Amino acid sequence: MSAVADNYAALQKLGCEVVSVSVDSHFVHKMWNDHELVKMVDGGVPFHMASDQAGNVGRAYGVWDEAQGIELRGRFLIDPDGVTQAMEVMTPPVGRRLAETVRQVQAFQHVRKSQGNEATPAGWMPGDPTLTPGPDLVGNVWKVWKPGAERVGV
Amino acid sequence: MSDPPKGCARLTGAVIGGGPESNTPGAPETTRKEATVTARVGQKAPDFTAPAYFRGGFTSVSLSGFAGKWVLLCFYPGDFTFV
Repeated sequence: MSAVADNYAALQKLGCEVVSVSVDSHFVHKMWNDHELVKMVDGGVPFHMASDQAGNVGRAYGVWDEAQGIELRGRFLIDPDGVTQAMEVMTPPVGRRLAETVRQVQAFQHVRKSQGNEATPAGWMPGDPTLTPGPDLVGNVWKVWKPGAERVGV
Repeated sequence: MSDPPKGCARLTGAVIGGGPESNTPGAPETTRKEATVTARVGQKAPDFTAPAYFRGGFTSVSLSGFAGKWVLLCFYPGDFTFV
């Protein structure tokens, strides 16, 4: 969560709010903020840290782990109409990479601004060309987009 | 956003609009049912209200309170964990 808090300003610039949720009480959230997170993030956590001790919210979002009584690492990007546009759920030991979340916010915002007329191809970054789905594009994606935009090295 | 939680009641998050079959804190065990997963891409995200810590104070937060804005909703396993 400290990574999200640390990049909150970038998300704010995009008009994106953040709410974090765990099964800890709001009192424990305060302790975590005051004793640890404030040492990682200037001024502490700037967004709402919600408490879901009974897991009701986690169940609705499919991240409730019955065996452990915790919520799995899950992030949901919700648009201004309250519609979920993206979700990612991970088991606890691997953390998220916020840069990808920010990219998705930018991509979904771009698509929304185009009123759904444009789509962003794989590997799209802000400023890159988009695709305009329609009869002219069928069979012609190769002319406007090359897979080299997303070359993965391992 | 709304009234801050008071006293020592054990507060928890709750889904809004879940109806009487949703998990109500303190409800007899027999009346509780497993809430069904409703979060799906392209669908309305389940609204909820939950007690929250926010900038030094205690309050409650709901998803619908952010209508008109993009929201990044992040679940995580627990405070004081390592990742």
